Amino acid sequence: MDLFGRIMGREASLSKNIAKERLRLVLVHDRSNISPQLLESLKEDIIKVISNYMDIDRKGTEITLNSDDQSVALVASIPIIKINRVYPQR
Amino acid sequence: MGEVIVITSGKGGVGKTTTSANIGTALASMGEKVVLIDTDIGLRNLDVVLGLENRIVYDLVDVTNGNCRLKQALIRDKRFDNLALLPAAQTKDKTAVNVDQMKILCDQLKEEFDYVIVDCPAGIEQGFKNAIAGADKAIVVTTPEVAAVRDADRIIGLLEAAELRNPKLIINRIRPLMVKKGDMMDINDMIDILAVELIGVVPEDEIIVVSTNRGEPAVLDAHSQAGQAYRNIAKRITGEDVPFINLEVDEGIFGKVKKMFGIKS
Repeated sequence: MDLFGRIMGREASLSKNIAKERLRLVLVHDRSNISPQLLESLKEDIIKVISNYMDIDRKGTEITLNSDDQSVALVASIPIIKINRVYPQR
Repeated sequence: MGEVIVITSGKGGVGKTTTSANIGTALASMGEKVVLIDTDIGLRNLDVVLGLENRIVYDLVDVTNGNCRLKQALIRDKRFDNLALLPAAQTKDKTAVNVDQMKILCDQLKEEFDYVIVDCPAGIEQGFKNAIAGADKAIVVTTPEVAAVRDADRIIGLLEAAELRNPKLIINRIRPLMVKKGDMMDINDMIDILAVELIGVVPEDEIIVVSTNRGEPAVLDAHSQAGQAYRNIAKRITGEDVPFINLEVDEGIFGKVKKMFGIKS
């Protein structure tokens, strides 16, 4: 893309960029069709990491994928039982 | 002990059969013992692309059903003694063969051949499962289009789920002029999206149509750009390190001058 074209704002309307953006969205949706096993092992890993910082309710923890037309989001609901007191580091 | 390589794509019409024929022929021309298996039962095509359609007596289903011995069904290529084709059945459907039969067949063939190239049908159903059943490696063919890349992504996921890790990518029918104008996704765009290793880029080339008309794979044409690209892929399959062809379009006075004097960049 030359400088002139960029100034004219053609970059975004190049059909290859439109193709890339459409592909990106389509693949986010296609790939978000992940198996329950994978989601479960992701949940276990998340719990492990968070447990280093606070006590959480394992049973009440929910990890889901929410998708709409524009995006897919990983949504986690993790009830906290107790947060360890944090000592300022010297 | 040989190697079984499946050529697959998900989407139809991206060039699996052309790719299979050309890679097989190129490997044979390098002295490797090669057998091509057409697993597209009911829509047999590889025989026509290779110009061997008049020699078919038995087919894949005859072999798996035990109507003939494996050797009887193998058709020897016109040009290379060390290239053979196992054609698909035309009158049956994909359920005529199962995954276990394909595994046994591939194991038998790789005892005798250096490379067993499996031409996979389009789709992700039984035919796909059969084609990948006995494979050691996979090559995914795509073209620079949204639908083809999307299907390639899906296929890569299914291959990995079937323990066929690290499939290699062929980008077929790229048109350097359109890429330059920003009207076609470029090689890096597609590698980024699919996150797999590239094994070849094949430019759109009219020679492919001509060679398919004649039943002579383009790799036999020393001047064809697509043929050169396929020859390079064959070399990479054997482990040779071959640089990718420069598909950039010559531009400006310098490029024109170079062209005028016949200097290849």
